[in-house]
Amino acid sequence: MGPIIRVQGLSKLYYLGSANAPYSTFREAIMDAARKPLRYLRRSEPPPTLWALKDVSFEVMPGEVVGIIGRNGAGKSTLLKVLSRITEPTEGRVELYGRVASLLEVGTGFHPELTGRENIFLNGSILGMSRKEIEAKFDQIVEFAEVERFIDTPVKRYSSGMYVRLAFAVAAHLEPEILIVDEVLAVGDAAFQKKCLGRMRDVANTGRTVLFVSHNMAAVSSLCTKAMVLWEGKVEFPLGDVEEAVQQYLTQVHKVTKMKLAERTDRSGSGKIRIQDFGTFDREGNELEYLASGQEIDFRVYYSSTENNLENVSVAIGLTSHSGAFVSMLSNQIAGETFQTISRNGFFSCKLRKLPLAPGSYTANLIIRSNDVILDWIQQAVTIVVEPGDFFGTGRMPPQTHGGVLLEQDWTLN
Amino acid sequence: MMNTEPLVVIQPSRSWRVLSLKDIWAYRELLFFLTWRDVKVRYKQTALGAAWAILQPLFMMVIFTIFFGRLAGVGSSGIPYPLFALAGLVPWTFFSNAITQSGNSLVGSANLISKVYFPRLLVPTAAMLAGLVDFALAFVMFCVLMVYYRVVPTVQILFVPVLVLLTALFALGVGTWMSALNVKYRDVRFALPFIIQLWLFVSSVIMPSSALPWKWRRLLLLNPMSAIIEGYRSALFGLPFDWPALGIASALTIVTLAYAIYSFSRVERSFADII
Repeated sequence: MGPIIRVQGLSKLYYLGSANAPYSTFREAIMDAARKPLRYLRRSEPPPTLWALKDVSFEVMPGEVVGIIGRNGAGKSTLLKVLSRITEPTEGRVELYGRVASLLEVGTGFHPELTGRENIFLNGSILGMSRKEIEAKFDQIVEFAEVERFIDTPVKRYSSGMYVRLAFAVAAHLEPEILIVDEVLAVGDAAFQKKCLGRMRDVANTGRTVLFVSHNMAAVSSLCTKAMVLWEGKVEFPLGDVEEAVQQYLTQVHKVTKMKLAERTDRSGSGKIRIQDFGTFDREGNELEYLASGQEIDFRVYYSSTENNLENVSVAIGLTSHSGAFVSMLSNQIAGETFQTISRNGFFSCKLRKLPLAPGSYTANLIIRSNDVILDWIQQAVTIVVEPGDFFGTGRMPPQTHGGVLLEQDWTLN
Repeated sequence: MMNTEPLVVIQPSRSWRVLSLKDIWAYRELLFFLTWRDVKVRYKQTALGAAWAILQPLFMMVIFTIFFGRLAGVGSSGIPYPLFALAGLVPWTFFSNAITQSGNSLVGSANLISKVYFPRLLVPTAAMLAGLVDFALAFVMFCVLMVYYRVVPTVQILFVPVLVLLTALFALGVGTWMSALNVKYRDVRFALPFIIQLWLFVSSVIMPSSALPWKWRRLLLLNPMSAIIEGYRSALFGLPFDWPALGIASALTIVTLAYAIYSFSRVERSFADII
């Protein structure tokens, strides 16, 4: 039996200029045309481009559940968009030997004014189901979504939970030969995510081919039979063993977090502030390479700003475990007050009296906002390694497998 | 059993790529659902609902009758002026709404286009088709007025479906072209209402083209809507058809539609990147 998906030398080039100005008018086009001869004379640089995908090749056999992993900007979403025929590749070729349904978002095409019943038909049709198929599965969909009572109510009156459940229910009843799924599982509460994962497992068990993009390494490990790692548009780890791929990804994250923050280019935001460095210090102000559970810690985010009068500045440090699960967020906006005026250079300091993280490695996302506008944002900015420490003052720690977060606790017997 | 031929091949398209009718046929059910959605949603949360489909041409008729029929004394080929004006306003309202709706349809469906694949041409087509429902309602009102004025139709009324098809195809051509332009140049959104207002005055809605001197009438031939609207009057009131004008209008409709589909397909592949 041959592969069901064959991708050969796939590349996608984006012109960054047009991405920054998606909105153009005749006036701009005319101005541009007028400038072109001048540009030619000046021999200035061609517009900046980005290879979102470069020479990606792989083959997927029927029935495989393939995980595609990589950091933000690695090209995962572009790959899914090309495979779903939303955008065209610049080079290369894809052959699909089966009916494809792609799920890049739940509830695509839902119309708020239409009722649940009407939206099931509309959405199902948009996702590629025939009217007969939708009619046959209608009752199952309604039951799965648990919205029987509201099926003839416009969805704009639904709670957000009901809305997402209905949207996912339609998608969950697609029966294509190839299912392409983006991180739609990131929505909804934990119970719902579990239901979604369960449904995806069912789909996989019926012998369908699934392509799954995720940041959640635990989901990839438990769901996929094979995985592939992308890095800056190229295949870094070819389609193969899931555990090896996950390991490769973690190494990659580790490598990236060793880079100097000031030199990182994978950042977003207006750029009025740039994060220069991140450091961890002890109470006396000595820089620490490793932290220990229970230690008094000072996290410092060094910045430089191009403006004098930034107001309402908030800083957040998002901590995730190495499998990608969120652990905690430190934020002056939530735990304290925003900084009213800040100087051009300096550092934000966040002190923790007793580090409650269990031993292990964590990654931190750093973000700085002013008046809720993102000024600088680096995901997976640094790796924080926590060594065992005497958090409880008893000299004992929970076993590694039961790590996570350490909580202060008092036990009594009554 | 696995097919030996791929079901779908994705690769950079050639510049000469043309419309895949096979693809559109495969998605005909989606076309139905998109049209149905547009019809359903159009008059949601309006007090008068679908009555708007009738009120628009009706109010225009009243105003035209007062200003052009009474005050200016515009000729109307021997037909009561209100009926004469309405015979032009009903197809005109369909046409102007259809090109407005389909011209803005792609930009309005940006979310859909960046998340799911389907032939993009369905979007402006559905927007145009949804207008046909309004047209049918307005046409019923027109028939009531025909009875009121005791105008008896001739066998020529059988020609109306052909004219509706011609109007729909021309609206599709203009609307599709506008929708593609709109993705890149949002100017279309502002220019379109203005163009439609001017267009009304050169489409023989207010007065018959026979009221104009010959050198002006020749220019009107370049506007298919003028010949089409005169065609409706001929069909409805049993007047002689201007076959050469209708012939030119049909030819221009085909050219417009072909050009629209060509320019649409050319930009279609990059919609998701620039929308």
